Amino acid sequence: MSDWTRDEMMTVAAARMLWDGCVCFVGIGLPSAACNLARLTHAPDVVLIYESGTVGTRPDVLPLSIGDGELADTAACVIPLPEVFSYLLQAGRVDVGFLGAAQVDRHGNLNSTVIGPYHAPKTRLPGAGGATEIAAHARQVFVMLKATPRSLVAQLDFRTSGGFLEGHGARAKTSMRGTGPQSVITDYGVLKPHPDSDELQLSALFDGATVDAARAATGWPLKVAATVGTIAPPTAVELETLRALHARTREAHRRPVRLPA
Amino acid sequence: MTARVTALSDAIAAHVRDGACVALEGFTHLIPFAAGHEIIRQGRRNLHLVRMTPDLIYDQMIGMGCASRLTFSWGGNPGVGSLHRLRDAIEHQWPAPLEIDEHTHAGVAAAYSAGAAGLPFATLRGYLGTDLPSVNPRIRSVDCPFTGERLAAVPAINPEVTILHAQRADRHGNVAMHGIIGAQREAAFAARALIVTVEEIVEELPPAMNGIVLPHWIVSAVAQCPGGAYPSYVHGRYPRDNAFYQRWDAIARERAGFLAWMNRHVLASRDHATFLASLRQVA
Repeated sequence: MSDWTRDEMMTVAAARMLWDGCVCFVGIGLPSAACNLARLTHAPDVVLIYESGTVGTRPDVLPLSIGDGELADTAACVIPLPEVFSYLLQAGRVDVGFLGAAQVDRHGNLNSTVIGPYHAPKTRLPGAGGATEIAAHARQVFVMLKATPRSLVAQLDFRTSGGFLEGHGARAKTSMRGTGPQSVITDYGVLKPHPDSDELQLSALFDGATVDAARAATGWPLKVAATVGTIAPPTAVELETLRALHARTREAHRRPVRLPA
Repeated sequence: MTARVTALSDAIAAHVRDGACVALEGFTHLIPFAAGHEIIRQGRRNLHLVRMTPDLIYDQMIGMGCASRLTFSWGGNPGVGSLHRLRDAIEHQWPAPLEIDEHTHAGVAAAYSAGAAGLPFATLRGYLGTDLPSVNPRIRSVDCPFTGERLAAVPAINPEVTILHAQRADRHGNVAMHGIIGAQREAAFAARALIVTVEEIVEELPPAMNGIVLPHWIVSAVAQCPGGAYPSYVHGRYPRDNAFYQRWDAIARERAGFLAWMNRHVLASRDHATFLASLRQVA
């Protein structure tokens, strides 16, 4: 039994993928934690952009929403939302887009819209938001989600955001400018696309995870790369930094707000 | 047209009719809750609501039966989960069927910008690799006349009424806002009528070289409404009540609990000040 959680391992693994100075479009939840962990450890000059228009933001606590005041207070600049999507994202000025999803298929396509038929949904999810264009135009995309056969699926119920589409170079024939989902970070390890088929395959395992466990948590017959790496466990500094960030965040979100008069 | 400083209830009564296309904008910040509650109190029906992120205010308006159509791009409780009233309307047609016109953020932002510019449609390199065009016939494409590139096209959004909340206005109706401003300026210029609630009305606004000022001649009505964005926030005045957004999940999960809360706090309150006072009693 390790002394860190799978969420922590995922967050640390994702944070390590960001480099200092990289321009990163951040989603709420695990991606936001990972991006700020990177900023607080090895990548102090990472440029974090939240779709609310806060650019180069350095929040002391994680935001609950994509537009908490904390993000604006600590931003290098705050720009109108249409400019975020046109001048920054569509124009190719974002290195990494970080996305979550309810479902991912073997070609890295994402569903965050609906479970069941669109017009008669079993579960209606929030929908695309910024994800469709992030998936298209960020130079590369990292996806984070917990692996179960219901989240890593053979067939999406709805394609909200394009990964490698049908695979085998299909994406390259579109006007999607980015290179697509280069890493899918799950709670057993990391999947990366095969260079020819574009099919996601097991590339690295977390310390203590097994290929069998990875296959059991995947809804398609998961292929395994020729060499599967092992991702080093979180360091003491990574864990302390992440836990302190979460503790500050919990405290801040619980703080009662005095109702305006 | 001269902007009119007026009571919020008069502004809603004068400009928001049953069946109207109405946009209450504000991206997490400056969400016009007071105005949305007044629309609920006045019992408007069959509205076509437009908003990038429906948020709690549209969850409330939809759950109270104000809307028959929704244009949106992300319908969740940010950082918390579902909007249960929105889901109930889509999944079970309660309290009424809700036609949805679903987009992406980039698409709605572009559609507001086109609306503000008086153009019939917006074009963007968007909606690529997604199933959205197959369920929304309003998402189409156009070939660039110069390069031949196929681009997405969406119709301009021109709400009959856009409603915003801002920090300040002057007595002529010029409106100043700062902080996260989302697509509010575009939604304002795209609208045929613009209602703005503000924290404070001042004699004169200081010159704002690059601050966001909506000029008085595009503003139809200004109403002073302190706390009007609560439980969202107003930069420099009061923070987002994240704990309330988390509590909303339980309040809105079941129909009966939702209706009881709305009756107690919104319908039983004559205005926003009374609404805030009713929440203070609970706290």
